[in-house]
Amino acid sequence: MLFEGLDFTINPGQALVLEGRNGSGKTSLLRILCGIRLPEAGDLLWEGEDIFQLGPEFHEHIAYLGHKDGSKLDLTPLENLRIAKGLGKAREDIDLEEALEQVGLYGFEDVPTRNLSAGQQRRLAIARLLVTDAKLWILDEPFTSLDRKGIEHMERLFEGHLNKGGMAAMTTHHRIGFKDEIELVRINLSDR
Amino acid sequence: MSTLSLTSAFSLLLKRDLVLAYRRRSELINPMLFFVLVTAMFPLGIGNDPKLIEAVGPGVVWVAALLASLLSLDSMFRSDFEDGSLEQFMLSAHPVSILVLAKILAHWLVTGLPLFIVAPLLAVLLNIPTSAIPTLMLTLILGTPVLSLIGSVGVALTVGLRRGGVILSLLVLPLYVPVLIFGTDAVKTAIIGIPTTAQISILGAMLVGSLVLAPMATAASLRISLS
Repeated sequence: MLFEGLDFTINPGQALVLEGRNGSGKTSLLRILCGIRLPEAGDLLWEGEDIFQLGPEFHEHIAYLGHKDGSKLDLTPLENLRIAKGLGKAREDIDLEEALEQVGLYGFEDVPTRNLSAGQQRRLAIARLLVTDAKLWILDEPFTSLDRKGIEHMERLFEGHLNKGGMAAMTTHHRIGFKDEIELVRINLSDR
Repeated sequence: MSTLSLTSAFSLLLKRDLVLAYRRRSELINPMLFFVLVTAMFPLGIGNDPKLIEAVGPGVVWVAALLASLLSLDSMFRSDFEDGSLEQFMLSAHPVSILVLAKILAHWLVTGLPLFIVAPLLAVLLNIPTSAIPTLMLTLILGTPVLSLIGSVGVALTVGLRRGGVILSLLVLPLYVPVLIFGTDAVKTAIIGIPTTAQISILGAMLVGSLVLAPMATAASLRISLS
């Protein structure tokens, strides 16, 4: 058993931060939160309804960034984003170039993703969060391969999402530098 | 989610897989090359007796098509599994079975349709009479999608395994056998000149059945493989 007796709520504007040593089940918990993995026991509710019952209706509210970027290396960043937008509930107030610009990939629209650096590929994965209307962002080590400036930049993006009433659930080894007004729910899985 | 965005998600994914296949065309040629080579080698192996070649012809074409399809199956979800795209599909706002259907269709267009196109040429090579070629084509156009559909369930179940190849063959080949039996039998019957309505109808029924059931089974299997 990885963990038991967990009980938490994420409200709009809040971020859940999972802490714990390697192997304590942070990734597993995030995968359970998005419904890829089934919990042994317990309930997961979205606005009072079981997420496994809701299925795709729940999935339109979440965006998941896992260990793997989920981008096709043979496609360009623009093509990758177009698919991400089509698979989710598309956000109308942002176009794909704008999303790329926001993660600092302006000018790389048509370069095959294979030719981007690891950090740039991670940025592309983060841009995917911006093109759908997801309220809950589930982020597994989102800052992997990013440089210090990139990390700060992404923190501002995440803050922007939370300030608009969005939610996040994340793990990171990096000390999160959110501004004070962001409410963090911290759970340490090593104690469970 | 509206039907409009569902159809656009379907066509988006179909287009994506076709573009990806086009950018990796060398892999794409493999199954067809295999199909052509196996059927071309056969007459060389069994000698120059036209009667004998004619008798085994339909079987050879179908077995080769079946193995070519099996050979190409693993690529259906492998790369998506490895780069995390599959997780994103499972978390899509659309029903997974519809997305899966788009992927199967793309896979068939890339690996099954070419077999159908080169089949008449191979039929001539194997001394199958011209009168039976339309029937051969018909069985292939009905049968190869069934192979892709049934295969997708097997691939979905084994995609998480490091060496799923052997298990995949064991899992899928028995389910391919009915298609093989009715496919070859239709062609053999057509060679004699007897109507083949019965075999064709059964192949058609298999196609409809697997078209309805396979995407759902594949979606469920993928869910198991990823959890």
